[in-house]
Amino acid sequence: MAAVLAMVARGCGGVWRRLRQRCAVRPGSGPFPRGERAVACNARGGMMSAGKSGLTPWIPVVGLEIHAQISSNSKLFSGSQVQFAAPPNSLVSFFDASLPGTLPVLNRRCVEAAVMTGLALNCHINKKSLFDRKHYFYADLPAGYQITQQRVPIAVNGSLSYSLCIDNKMSQMVTKTVRIKQIQLEQDSGKSLHDDARSQTLVDLNRAGVGLMELVMEPDMCCGEEAAAAVRELQLILQTLGSSQAVMAEGQLRVDANVSVHHPGEPYGVRTEVKNINSIRFLAKAVDYEIQRQIEELGNGGTISNETRAFDSKLGCTVPMRDKEGKQDYRFMPEPNLPPLILYDAKSLPANMNHQQVINIDWIRERLPDLPSVKREKLVEQYGILPEHSFTLLVWQQDQNCNSRHSNEDGLPEFFENVVKQTQMKPKKVIGWILNDLLSYLKQHSLTVKESPVSSFLLADLLNLLEKKEISSTAAKQVMAIKAGNQKVLNKLIGLVQKKTQGRSNPVLVKQLLEKKLSE
Amino acid sequence: MRVLSLGRWLRAGRVPPREPASRPSGHRHSGHRPQGPPQQKVSVEVLEHLEHLALVDFRDSEGVERLQKAIQFADQLHEVNTDGVEPMDSVLEDRCLYLREDDVTEGNCTKELLENARETVEEYFVAPPGNIPLVKLEGQKTFLQGSK
Repeated sequence: MAAVLAMVARGCGGVWRRLRQRCAVRPGSGPFPRGERAVACNARGGMMSAGKSGLTPWIPVVGLEIHAQISSNSKLFSGSQVQFAAPPNSLVSFFDASLPGTLPVLNRRCVEAAVMTGLALNCHINKKSLFDRKHYFYADLPAGYQITQQRVPIAVNGSLSYSLCIDNKMSQMVTKTVRIKQIQLEQDSGKSLHDDARSQTLVDLNRAGVGLMELVMEPDMCCGEEAAAAVRELQLILQTLGSSQAVMAEGQLRVDANVSVHHPGEPYGVRTEVKNINSIRFLAKAVDYEIQRQIEELGNGGTISNETRAFDSKLGCTVPMRDKEGKQDYRFMPEPNLPPLILYDAKSLPANMNHQQVINIDWIRERLPDLPSVKREKLVEQYGILPEHSFTLLVWQQDQNCNSRHSNEDGLPEFFENVVKQTQMKPKKVIGWILNDLLSYLKQHSLTVKESPVSSFLLADLLNLLEKKEISSTAAKQVMAIKAGNQKVLNKLIGLVQKKTQGRSNPVLVKQLLEKKLSE
Repeated sequence: MRVLSLGRWLRAGRVPPREPASRPSGHRHSGHRPQGPPQQKVSVEVLEHLEHLALVDFRDSEGVERLQKAIQFADQLHEVNTDGVEPMDSVLEDRCLYLREDDVTEGNCTKELLENARETVEEYFVAPPGNIPLVKLEGQKTFLQGSK
């Protein structure tokens, strides 16, 4: 019985189906992970039909809690610097160290970042929001409490729209929405380094007090893929706004997943919280693993406890976390040192207040940049390219293998547009060259678009030749390869020269001459 | 276990009755004087919970009695009719919340900060592993067992 259940859970003709996915655009350049992917959600977003196996289906419910570090020079309530990787305890003020007699002073930039983010996510901005204290003891929280916004946060009731490929084809994209319950401003904690050998913890308070936006999403998602897609889109939005750089590898974006399963028509099941998810790829894995684990556990007659689990990326599974047993009582109380945060709009703007002390929501709204969804629409409309191509042009892809925090697609839309301007080739064809050839070569050599040895001018030139049928497609690809630094093709050229000159040419000189020519 | 001993002690009715006896805090009611069970005002579960949360050791009868007195004192607030009154959480509520410009003005005082710490390792503060445990003293059991 257990074996059958396990099979069902793993998706052999049952509730979950694992499909081999191949992106229409060359592997590695699409926005979504290639290869095996569990497509477990139907269009309505719920799990359906065990079909042949005849077992009652499980509906997974996934909600995310996301902490985004605000991109600012100084911290939320103090003037110490915000910087990744600095000597321990060098970016710490007396307030951050919670020395007696220190008081919080709110950073204007952090409030603006939260308002921008709230507006971009269609939230209602609370003109009056409050600060609270959340109490718990931990070495990296010197005050013994965190200043947050539990009662009345700065923004509520928003939504995030994201897109997914359904079925096998990249061409079928479906738009989904997840509701944003609230966005609140809060302090980050310091960092703990656990030294189990000496039974001690080393504490670095550089991060203590850095401003965070906590985004709480409603449990509208049903699988790892949806969670991953939603977070990717959120990352793009935050980066476009500049409110957070949202690089997961540097801890600027932290995601905790709340997962539960239930039968259709029944109330939601007990949820577990999954922490320690360090990349988007791991997010999808962690969520899917936890869903499976819960289904198997319940299928075997077990129960799910309301616990916190950590994702172990090496083992690919979730494990219970120590120190988190039992429900925490945070003893929330109002932060007595901070009056309510009042925001204004064009109508309510006070006449005689110092403008530095006033935050105008309408002013911020007018200055919001084009969000990714708008940019993509414009590209599709203007150039007639496919929606999924517009995704690839814009997407911020995290490469788990390297620590680079800038994707190779930085500036790609601009590059594409430049090429289109300078060539007669139709944009629909140009896009193929950008996404297939250029991008893969850049990836091979770990270059950013700005570092591309193939300039937009050069590529446009090449494509013009192709259009006029003066060169073949293969030749064009080879030229691009050489230009992009493909040593093999260069050697082949040298070989050809040797042949032509019947071995009389000096290969070293030939190479030098060729390289000189190519660098022009 | 120490807490069980306390429980036995509480159930033995060591706390002199008070008038009026106050209910455990957290219940809001307006206008009338609070009435509650004359004894065992603070349950063992609540006590253990408080000790765990606040890392406070109530230790002996005097500590628990002091706690109960404190709760009673605070409960006097219930005598005030607060119907229709918005709770105030800060006397600063009518003040403007000052907004600071996003400039770096503090930090770089590692040496000063570390001077406060008893133990440091290469400019890190040193703390016990994991969560901070509540230190249980050895002598308590005997005292409480004796007070039965």
